[in-house]
Amino acid sequence: MRFIFKTRYEQDSRLIKHRGQLFWYALLLLTLLVAPLVLDRFYVGEISFVFIYAIAGLGLMLLTGYTGQVSLGHAAFLAIGAYAHAYLLAKGLPFIVSLPAATILTGVVGAIVAIPALRLVGIYLAIATLAFLIIVEQVITRWVSVTGGGRGMLVEPVEIFGVALSSPGRFYFLCLVLLVLSLLGVMNLLRAPTGRAMLAVRDSEIAARSMGINLARTKATAFGISAALTGLAGVLMAHHTGYISPEAFTLTISIQLLLLIVVGGLGSLHGVIFGAIFVGFLPQGIALLRDVLPPAVGQLPGLEPGIFGLILILFLMFEPHGIYGQWRKVRQFFSELPLYRKATYKRQKTYLRTERVR
Amino acid sequence: MSLLSARNLELSFGGIRAVQDVSFDVEPGEVFSIIGPNGAGKTTIFNLISRFYDMDSGQLNLDGTDLGRLNAHDVARAGIARTFQNTELFEHETVLQNLLIGCHVNRRTGLLSELLHLPGTAKQELVFRQIVEKVIDLVDLQAYRYQAIGSLPYGVRKMVEIARALCVRPKLLLLDEPASGLNPEETEDLSFWIEDINQDHGITVLMVEHDMNLVSRISNRVLAMSEGKVITIGEPADVQNHPEVLEAYLGVAEDAA
Repeated sequence: MRFIFKTRYEQDSRLIKHRGQLFWYALLLLTLLVAPLVLDRFYVGEISFVFIYAIAGLGLMLLTGYTGQVSLGHAAFLAIGAYAHAYLLAKGLPFIVSLPAATILTGVVGAIVAIPALRLVGIYLAIATLAFLIIVEQVITRWVSVTGGGRGMLVEPVEIFGVALSSPGRFYFLCLVLLVLSLLGVMNLLRAPTGRAMLAVRDSEIAARSMGINLARTKATAFGISAALTGLAGVLMAHHTGYISPEAFTLTISIQLLLLIVVGGLGSLHGVIFGAIFVGFLPQGIALLRDVLPPAVGQLPGLEPGIFGLILILFLMFEPHGIYGQWRKVRQFFSELPLYRKATYKRQKTYLRTERVR
Repeated sequence: MSLLSARNLELSFGGIRAVQDVSFDVEPGEVFSIIGPNGAGKTTIFNLISRFYDMDSGQLNLDGTDLGRLNAHDVARAGIARTFQNTELFEHETVLQNLLIGCHVNRRTGLLSELLHLPGTAKQELVFRQIVEKVIDLVDLQAYRYQAIGSLPYGVRKMVEIARALCVRPKLLLLDEPASGLNPEETEDLSFWIEDINQDHGITVLMVEHDMNLVSRISNRVLAMSEGKVITIGEPADVQNHPEVLEAYLGVAEDAA
């Protein structure tokens, strides 16, 4: 077991708490830096995709996992980011301008969507955001002069100051840098008043108000930042596929993002990464599985969504804290090895209202 | 001049007149208690002061500020912090986080500074932490700093809620049944802490409480109400023996009439 001897208050707001963490995160970063040199092009592309998913998941996690606002409309923010960026690039703006412009635009749209959503909670908010997604889908399909309608749009390759970044190897680094920056931004937010206000709104709106937290502003901020991050992921996704069309931004994508944060572990940033790896690689795993299974099962058309759904249900039943929850348990088991108590994480029913976990 | 003055407060929910023509003044530095049977409208008055409800008519003033013009989230900044009858803590967070959220009204940083964790934000975090640590020392929560609220016993949660309200650094502290659910020993501790908060830190306390022992020991004045109306305001002992107060709690003997 590790005991951290605290002598200064700053230690509690540091991002890296001790040397062990520094070592492992440095090792992880190093591995990620070396990976594209070693791995096959195909896998480099797949890992970039995981990074993109992680950025979008980070956006949804901030809104749902930390602020407690459910959204089924995040595919719409992905679409707005992707289309805005593709349009601006086509108009001749350089990538370095178009990327932040598309991100900020999506953030502003998100904050505006929050205004009608402020009075809605739970299932009603989910339905309202779903309606928003449907509206955006329709707008994209009909606004042919900007979006190309059902024909879709080609996305021009990435170029920063004349350096082409469109090869899988280089694009990988672009995604990695943006993911790390997004993560740092969200981590900073969560150790500052704005982030804490979000946690407060999630746990008790009435107490948050009596502590002087402006609910409307906090929710609008959460929606705005969440949408901006998802829009950023949309920009990268547009480049990853090189071509965007309305079919790429359906309700299925929103649900995949929800799956990502629930399976990863609601309310944790580790969960975002675990969830992104899971959602990013599961289709590959299922494709491999198809070859192994007997053809009668392996060739079933609904196998993929079926397995996604099954996994979601199993997680909700047996591990509501997601992969990150499981990870913590395993880690604690090893760190306390001879003294580990079997009942440490035993789940029990709670009866007092204040003890119930939402 | 009184710190909080309530004039002719009125509030109805449909046909139920929850608060009828209630007026009272809370003087700076005193402990003022509101008592009354269940459903008398005590918590409703708290919710009017917190601006969770809009009053139908009447005037609420804090130190010259018209509370009626404020939003619920501006009340804390005006100098009023409160606790809740059944505790409303941020369940998934640690005691430390809960208390830091209590410091929110002192926020000076902008979103950009927080996103980049600029020196201003870092410095502010230190200031917040110092406020929090003072409060932790005041109410003896040192042992619970890093524990999640969900794992704490009820008595400690009650104290965390009072501590969180103190982090607002209020002029007026509203305590909604602080002793409910506490055992006699915890209630005893509570009475000392309320005296400390009141006398050493100069915070005026407005309290709703059923435990008459606690009320008569620490209150300077007591307001008794029943069915939305004020029965009497006065010294604890006088209020306790007031015939109408006894009637509200115990009813009238049949042959008395």
